[in-house]
Amino acid sequence: MRNRFFTGLLTAALVDPDLVLITADLGFGAVDDFAAARPGQFVNCGVAEQNMAGLAAGIALGGGRVFTYSIANFPTLRCLEQIRNDICYHHADVTVVAVGGGLAYGALGMSHHATEDLAIMRALPGMAVAAPGDPAEVDAVLDDLLTIGGPAYLRLGKTGERTVHTAGVSAPRGASIFVRDHDQKTVLLCSTGAILDEVSVAADELGADVRSFPWLDPFDAAAIREAAATYRLIVTVEEHSIVGGLGSAVAEVLAEQAAGTPLLRIALPNQSSSVVGDQQFLRTAFELDAESISRRVRNHLEANRGLASQIR
Amino acid sequence: MSSLSLAQAVRTDVLRMTSIGRSSHVGSALSCADILAVLYAGVLEVHPENPDWPDRDRVIMSKGHAGAALYAVLAESGFFDPAVLHRHYQNGSYLSGHVSHVGIPGVEFSTGSLGHGLPVGAGLAWRARQTGRSWRTYVLLGDGECDEGSIWEAAMFAGHHELANLVAIVDYNRMQSLGTTEETLRLEPFAEKWRAFGWDVAEVDGHDHGQLDIALRVPRSARRARPRCVLAHTVKGKGVSFMEDQVLWHYRPPSPDELERALAEIGVTTG
Repeated sequence: MRNRFFTGLLTAALVDPDLVLITADLGFGAVDDFAAARPGQFVNCGVAEQNMAGLAAGIALGGGRVFTYSIANFPTLRCLEQIRNDICYHHADVTVVAVGGGLAYGALGMSHHATEDLAIMRALPGMAVAAPGDPAEVDAVLDDLLTIGGPAYLRLGKTGERTVHTAGVSAPRGASIFVRDHDQKTVLLCSTGAILDEVSVAADELGADVRSFPWLDPFDAAAIREAAATYRLIVTVEEHSIVGGLGSAVAEVLAEQAAGTPLLRIALPNQSSSVVGDQQFLRTAFELDAESISRRVRNHLEANRGLASQIR
Repeated sequence: MSSLSLAQAVRTDVLRMTSIGRSSHVGSALSCADILAVLYAGVLEVHPENPDWPDRDRVIMSKGHAGAALYAVLAESGFFDPAVLHRHYQNGSYLSGHVSHVGIPGVEFSTGSLGHGLPVGAGLAWRARQTGRSWRTYVLLGDGECDEGSIWEAAMFAGHHELANLVAIVDYNRMQSLGTTEETLRLEPFAEKWRAFGWDVAEVDGHDHGQLDIALRVPRSARRARPRCVLAHTVKGKGVSFMEDQVLWHYRPPSPDELERALAEIGVTTG
């Protein structure tokens, strides 16, 4: 995902002299091509995220279109108030990019687990929030970000994610994408961010449909309302705290819809993880891997008798 | 309007606004009235009739709690009708206690949480330099505000990148929220700190319009050189004897009686 993002960004910067990339001293090996090709549009501001966010607002108010870049929680939580006041309140054309969403930097420890970012960014007024599910969705979301601009937050995974979509996808701001259609119309798995890979494997095993949400804000509430009328169970899966992310967004829509469609939220518990490990290890430990997703969905269906028979 | 007349108009407005609005920070606003008056009376290239002119000089009031002074100087400089100043701090008003740009011509940037202005100013200055634009960026800082780490992140950045089109003005009245800067968190050696971060420093009497005028003029060009810090030695509550150097007036609004006495002290006769 990271490489796909930088390729897309540089392609845009080559024809747009107003596009500026600021990094807070991270992106070893990743920012080099951009920095070499467009040195006048690149700033390494040092390890200073508050300044990075403020600089970005200033450059944007002076006519620039800015992307700020760092990993995990540094470009978001460390400078949250600068994002709220300086970027959002001024409608500054700034896209905050974090690489390592969720547990991508699992072994680096709690400080590097970006597990509340979506909830917090979603709460900011005027902030678009994107969490693409695979490299193809990165292309689609970046296309929108480059066209419409910020304020926006882009959560990326790391590198080496499998491309789930077999063809190129389009994801204009606020749209979700139907990914797998097993034509059962019983269970819909909703996914946001790089967990899409696990979700699509689980869906194949369950015979369930999948909808990916590369945008959490604006949120495709219409797709959820439609799903509430179509499916017997809606499941949300996210590599993020159970507080405030995709599960919450879907619950808000369903509660106001009062459709009575059951919702199962699969997410991280609202607690810090002192246990480390690689992403796959932690996904399994927190029951977010494909096998756990399938099991949890089946368990839910069996606990709600009558629904279980609908699954093959 | 001369800078001296403008400063008196700003002080008059500020006293009335804080008294009518029952708002805080009158001392902070009086402290920087002369700095703002010198900027808007002659130093800045701005056009009140065309506030969004692309190459206008940018002013960021980073000490946003003194917003009344910025609103007053903009109104008295012709950006909007001074008659609306009495809406300051009122229900339904855009003229908030801290600076907000929404609906107010001439306000470049909204502030209120300290430590935000200099990073944004550095961004504006960097942008002007990179794109060959002529605007200068002025950021007015409080001294207590310089406790914020983000100020020094931006100071380091501006020094490193030699943003000569950036001017930081510190309203150095040596008072902050609960006491003096010296007893709260020592700023001294203050000028040496800025110099060590790569800035030129001009120390001036922040109520002497001649000194301010000289110190605040930097060329409108994209050259690379040290950014400038103007350490403006000021008196909190300047111009009103019973407010001067008193932390109380960081909070207390003038009563109608105190307003009359204050206006008399700054030479305004009221009927």
